[in-house]
Amino acid sequence: MRNLLNSRTKVIGFIVAGLVLLVLPPLYTSYWVTLLTQMLIFAILAMSLDVLLGYSGLSSFGHAGFFGVAGYTVAILSTRYNLGFYYCLISGVSLTVLISMIFGFLVAHSTGVYFLIITLALGMCLWGLGFRWVSMTGGDNGISGIIRPDIGLPIALKDPLVFYYFIFGFFLIALILLAVLIRSPFGHTLKGIRESESRMRVLGYHTWLHKYLAYVVSSAFAGLAGVLWAYFNGFISPFDMDLNASIEIVLMVILGGPGTLIGPALGSGIIVFLKNFISAYTQRWLIILGAIYILTILYAPQGLINLLKDWIKGRANKANACREARLDEEARP
Amino acid sequence: MSNFLLAQTLNGLSFAALLFLLSSGLSLIYGVMKIVNIAHGSFFMVGAYVALTIIQKTNNFFLAAFAGGLVVGVLGLVIERGFLRRFPLQPLPQTMMITLGFALLIRDFSLLIWGGDPYILQTPDYLKGSVKIIDVVFPIYRIFIFVVAILVAIALWLFNEKTLIGAKLRAAVDDHEMAGGVGLNVPLISGCMFGLGAFLAGFGGVMGGPVFGVFPGLDFELLSLGFVVVLVGGRGSLLGSAVGSILVGLVDNFGKALIPELSYFTLFAPMALVVALKPTGLFGKE
Repeated sequence: MRNLLNSRTKVIGFIVAGLVLLVLPPLYTSYWVTLLTQMLIFAILAMSLDVLLGYSGLSSFGHAGFFGVAGYTVAILSTRYNLGFYYCLISGVSLTVLISMIFGFLVAHSTGVYFLIITLALGMCLWGLGFRWVSMTGGDNGISGIIRPDIGLPIALKDPLVFYYFIFGFFLIALILLAVLIRSPFGHTLKGIRESESRMRVLGYHTWLHKYLAYVVSSAFAGLAGVLWAYFNGFISPFDMDLNASIEIVLMVILGGPGTLIGPALGSGIIVFLKNFISAYTQRWLIILGAIYILTILYAPQGLINLLKDWIKGRANKANACREARLDEEARP
Repeated sequence: MSNFLLAQTLNGLSFAALLFLLSSGLSLIYGVMKIVNIAHGSFFMVGAYVALTIIQKTNNFFLAAFAGGLVVGVLGLVIERGFLRRFPLQPLPQTMMITLGFALLIRDFSLLIWGGDPYILQTPDYLKGSVKIIDVVFPIYRIFIFVVAILVAIALWLFNEKTLIGAKLRAAVDDHEMAGGVGLNVPLISGCMFGLGAFLAGFGGVMGGPVFGVFPGLDFELLSLGFVVVLVGGRGSLLGSAVGSILVGLVDNFGKALIPELSYFTLFAPMALVVALKPTGLFGKE
């Protein structure tokens, strides 16, 4: 009964998501299309972090660094060297992968708070470069003037709706790839490492290698999100990669539900929505963001998705209990 | 050249003095409560802002320094009692995010109260002026900061090593479960430590006010430097904070003077290496 309910909720969820994201966007105003585009980019970023945070139990607090590196790569290559989309995409993601492969040697042996602290320190390194290496990155002015890419097809990405579907394609690809990764034996080993690394090691798994690869894969997707963000925003600055940005991604994952892919996507959607929506009405966005941090940790530490699951489970249990009580009553003479 | 070396060294040391005031609290808080306190830079900033208001009203720098520390100390105590105490004494991303939440709240409320303009705190007249050390002219106030930091370091050391509370504190740092097991009130100790750490940060903010000034953004700028000190020096270690502050103060000053473009990198990269190779920092314990 509960399974049936769960799968029914899932099907309804997919239908609603498909309608909202795929079918209905032509009906939205361009404000909403742009907002949705931004949500999807951050959804890729949050899902990439969840590979580490939710599935492997490794809290990375420097994830925005990779996002920023890829963004700066695009900004520099496209504004100074006029390179096209495919060059920028490939170099942005590969530079991120390269850096994460080097960083991986420093982080992959650690767990828990040490992992947190080392990733935080490395994230600060990247931010420090973005902030102070003025001749390369423009310092805190950032780099502006990144134009929407020409992808060699007869469609103009300047149109918000077309650009939205362009980003949606990447989102779908990232979602499918990550879902395959999570359901693969590799993904299951990561979950095993999350539950008990020493046990996995005793069972003969090469836990270092698994963590290393998880770190690199996660960074690669963060790089993809960074590339898309640079094209979307047309502008990149050190504020996209500072400690606040890194922790905001952690918030997106925790708010949505770590250990699921839909959760972080949902969490990033909520944060991006609130950021844009509330900023339009008041200057006091930071107060609200601060309150969201505190309330999330106090009241939804496992994320909204898991709250929802518990609620549905609770209702199913209640329904079951009612039914059994009724059957009992009927059985009585 | 030797003048340049001397001037930069003196600058570095006076900066190190401020970093020590900031990071000793950060390090204590981590040592006892295992909380990476992201609001620590905000405490520093609020201390300076409170002092600004008091100096404008009373023109008394020392009253301002004390009040700045006290207001922030109470603020820290409220945050600890009200929110952080709910979590076990473990390094958790959760407590870190709560402190970030408060850092954002504090940032925005201070923007509301004090506005976005930068201010410089006024020093009392007898701390104005400068002295000549060999061939370098050096402000008296910076020497004053250095002396204050040394006095604070000595006081903390005496408190830590020579008093009963200090012994309890060390016990709680070493093994909070055993300390609780032998009857120490660990939650109370850690609450007081959080308050003390916040007090030191607020006091440091007042001391730094005449040098850096106070402006929105000061919080996270100093937080990152405070992190470097604590991570390099070792968490929970007073000696580590002192050595770390001096290292960071000097590296930061020489880095800014010699290779400004890479100055954060020259600071953060060695930190990342230290942390990766010896995760406990130079003087920290497992």
